[in-house]
Amino acid sequence: MAFNYHISIDPFPGRQMGRQLLPMAVKLNGHMKRLVSFVVNGRQREDAVADNLLLLDYLREVAGLTGTKRGCDGGECGACTVLVDGEPRLACLSLAASCQGRSVETIEALATGGSLSRLQRAFHEKLGTQCGYCTPGMIMAAEALLRRNASPAEADIREALSGNICRCTGYVKIIESVQAASRHE
Amino acid sequence: MSAAGTSTPLIDGVEKVTGRARFTADLPSREALAGRILRSPLAHGAIRAIDTARARALPGVRAVITGADCDVPYGVLPIAQNEYPLARERVRYVGEPIAAVAAVDDATAQAALDLIAVQIEPLPAYFAAKDALAGGSTLLHDNKPGNVEREVRQEFGDVEAGFKAADMVREAQFHYAEVTHAQMEPDCSLAEYDAERDRLTLHSTTQVPFYVHLMLAQCMKMDASRIRVVKPFVGGGFGHRTETLNFELIAGLLARAARGAVKLELSREETMLTHRGRPETDVRIRMGAKKTGELTAVDCEVVQRGGAYAGYGLVTILYSGALLHAIYRLPASRYHGLRVYANTPPCGAMRGHGSVDVRHAFESLLDEMAEALGLDPIELRRANLLEAPCRTVNDLQVNSCGLEECLRRVEEASGWRERRGKLGRGRGLGLACSHYPSGAAKPVHWTGEPHAVVNLRLDFDGAVVALTGAADIGQGSSTLIAQVVAEVLGLGLDRMRVVANDSALTPKDNGSYSSRVSFMVGNAAIAAAQNLKKLLVEAAARRLEVSPGDIECLGETYRVAGTDRTLAYASVVAAALEESGALGAKGTYSTPPETQGGKFRGAAVGSSAAFSYAAQVVEVSVDEETGMIRVEKVWVAHDCGFAINPLAVEGQVQGSVWMGMGQALCEETQFHEGRALRANLLDYRVPTIVESPPIEVHIVESRDPGGPFGAKEAGEGSLAGFLAALTNAVHDAVGLRLSELPASPDRVLEALQARRRSQRVKQARTA
Repeated sequence: MAFNYHISIDPFPGRQMGRQLLPMAVKLNGHMKRLVSFVVNGRQREDAVADNLLLLDYLREVAGLTGTKRGCDGGECGACTVLVDGEPRLACLSLAASCQGRSVETIEALATGGSLSRLQRAFHEKLGTQCGYCTPGMIMAAEALLRRNASPAEADIREALSGNICRCTGYVKIIESVQAASRHE
Repeated sequence: MSAAGTSTPLIDGVEKVTGRARFTADLPSREALAGRILRSPLAHGAIRAIDTARARALPGVRAVITGADCDVPYGVLPIAQNEYPLARERVRYVGEPIAAVAAVDDATAQAALDLIAVQIEPLPAYFAAKDALAGGSTLLHDNKPGNVEREVRQEFGDVEAGFKAADMVREAQFHYAEVTHAQMEPDCSLAEYDAERDRLTLHSTTQVPFYVHLMLAQCMKMDASRIRVVKPFVGGGFGHRTETLNFELIAGLLARAARGAVKLELSREETMLTHRGRPETDVRIRMGAKKTGELTAVDCEVVQRGGAYAGYGLVTILYSGALLHAIYRLPASRYHGLRVYANTPPCGAMRGHGSVDVRHAFESLLDEMAEALGLDPIELRRANLLEAPCRTVNDLQVNSCGLEECLRRVEEASGWRERRGKLGRGRGLGLACSHYPSGAAKPVHWTGEPHAVVNLRLDFDGAVVALTGAADIGQGSSTLIAQVVAEVLGLGLDRMRVVANDSALTPKDNGSYSSRVSFMVGNAAIAAAQNLKKLLVEAAARRLEVSPGDIECLGETYRVAGTDRTLAYASVVAAALEESGALGAKGTYSTPPETQGGKFRGAAVGSSAAFSYAAQVVEVSVDEETGMIRVEKVWVAHDCGFAINPLAVEGQVQGSVWMGMGQALCEETQFHEGRALRANLLDYRVPTIVESPPIEVHIVESRDPGGPFGAKEAGEGSLAGFLAALTNAVHDAVGLRLSELPASPDRVLEALQARRRSQRVKQARTA
């Protein structure tokens, strides 16, 4: 079967491609930095970020959002999948500066009002998570799928999650979890 | 039963699905220095000089350490400790740590590594067992002639008589590529050294915090009481983390040298070089059977390329022999095992430890013999079933065995009788069985202590807190402990809390390996709960002014039997606290002596208080043009004694079967002149969701007499069976017997072409 990765590996993803849209860089403490303004989990943020700062490191080190995981040395495993303007992206292959003007969502944003989202509840109750390390990326990739297709076929689920590796479940209960979340309207 | 036996989501599952679960790399560590490791570029060499002066002089560098900073070797087996945290005098594989740096940030630490000058004089290096074994080869370890880490020769029963009595004797040879755990979380340690008080706290990605504690004390020459080891959430293990690993000791040494905190996060590549996976293995196996299918003898030779250091190696090579037994009646066996040192990253324990490759060889040959004898493969296995309780010729005690039921379940579910051999060219069904111990009956560190201890705490709030050293690495051990304690006390899970893996709080536990936790810690937890219940019943009796024998515990209420006089749980707790204050109760578990194996050398390995059993049927389709094998479906039945958490049992069995599929179809490490070619998750081909089949799990409950509520292990036993079920299915589909795994398309094509060539030669000769 051909693989059709839904997760872009373009470091400057999205519609508004091109560096001219980025804020001007200034040299700060010897590093080229830009003042980047974007929305993370619904909150407006402004930070001076180095040109080469990965979105993954920004989220984990700067924003303190450690729910997004690093599982590999770049683009291998899907554990760091987040949503940028609603599209699944690998945070380890995206530059923080490329998110200027965009909206970034991580696993921490899914539970609203203290309640688990449908997908979170399904992964919890159906044991779609064992060790939990791939889980945030897996759920974010599934979230993107359900937003564009509320009732995906099993083949759609497999295709949407084909870039996310899980080593515990054999994926059986992951598929069941996504199915349960999509049926539960 | 209410709590035990009920499908229960993980008690720490909410943390996992919300991103709140803190894994080691997620722990707050803003003050910590960044650690980095300099690794050997050579597979084998003598270290002539290491110059760290320029690295030390770099601004921002706080510590540089080398092999000179630790002269104490470590290793998981007390009799085979031959590894140093940082290489001393010699390097033995590409990627072996030589020096380490702690600096104010990662970039500075990396720059410092670049300033360390190392002179290594190359030595002859060996990347295959046969080369390492060849006469005149340079020794990796001076005390191991021939580069043989361990040679095992065992013979049980009368082997020659067995072969003589056989109606058919067959032999086959197999080759298995090395595979690795590829657990999702890369290795990481956070070491915090308190220089004022000479104390160390280490958080680490481990399955065995107790062993890490021991080795830190040993290598750092610190009193164990000055060390605290904590296991946060861990992103899978599968055996990678069942021994103390070099990075954990390096983190501790670096933190002490830097007099502060150091976070040492390994890359995926470094994690895969740290390895400890299943070795490259060659198996030659010969079996005898009667016409009726009964086995008369087996003779098996195994050679494992163990890598550069001992690790668990001698246990692995012993397991491979011991676990020929305890699945079928086998009157006689001969085993010759060779564990060989080579210049590759050290191997170790991996899910199904030691049993997987030999089980494939055994079950493949059984399939071949069934065909030659005109027997159904299931009937052949039925002719050899164990009848528990029984004792094998190599002195393993089997107290429960549900294999017959497992066979029946997969036979029915897969439509075996109607469908096998009738699916058309290119599609087939195959079957194989497997088994696994529920914990080693003798631990590697034999101290005479109980195998497991669980402490319970009950205080004014009425919450029952279980304190355990059992390492939950995703398999759900904390949930299981909560369930069994709740079951005994008749309470709901909402009253339970589990505190695990903090050496400052929790009792010592050997850790999560050899599938010991459900069985041993489960039993200890039950014992602790029973002891706590006794205190509560006595308190209720005092308050109700009857004798304890008259009290019925209904969980949230305690009642005088046969009356309507009751006391609510909160009042019982208050009554119990009245005299003693906060309550503690302890439970322990030790394996019965008769399950601890025989008296011969190496007898402890393989011995267990209980064995799990599994049978599985795999359906495949094989594309003879491309060599691609696709697994269409798996039916697996696993005898776990009793499913304390059926949901988790299903998850464990699916994960095991699937990991077996990875090894059978696509996974292999590979080295070129000792350099890892696949130390990442793209080239190391873990199956994705696209090629992963539906796995239908049937739970069989044989109720082991010694298990917690009858339970046995569920996390490993069904892995090994997959491999032969797959290759047997390939034979059913296209008539080809595969002798080399993984059955990657190139290997399958080559085997198909070899068959075509030999058929052409045959035809030409007969023409």
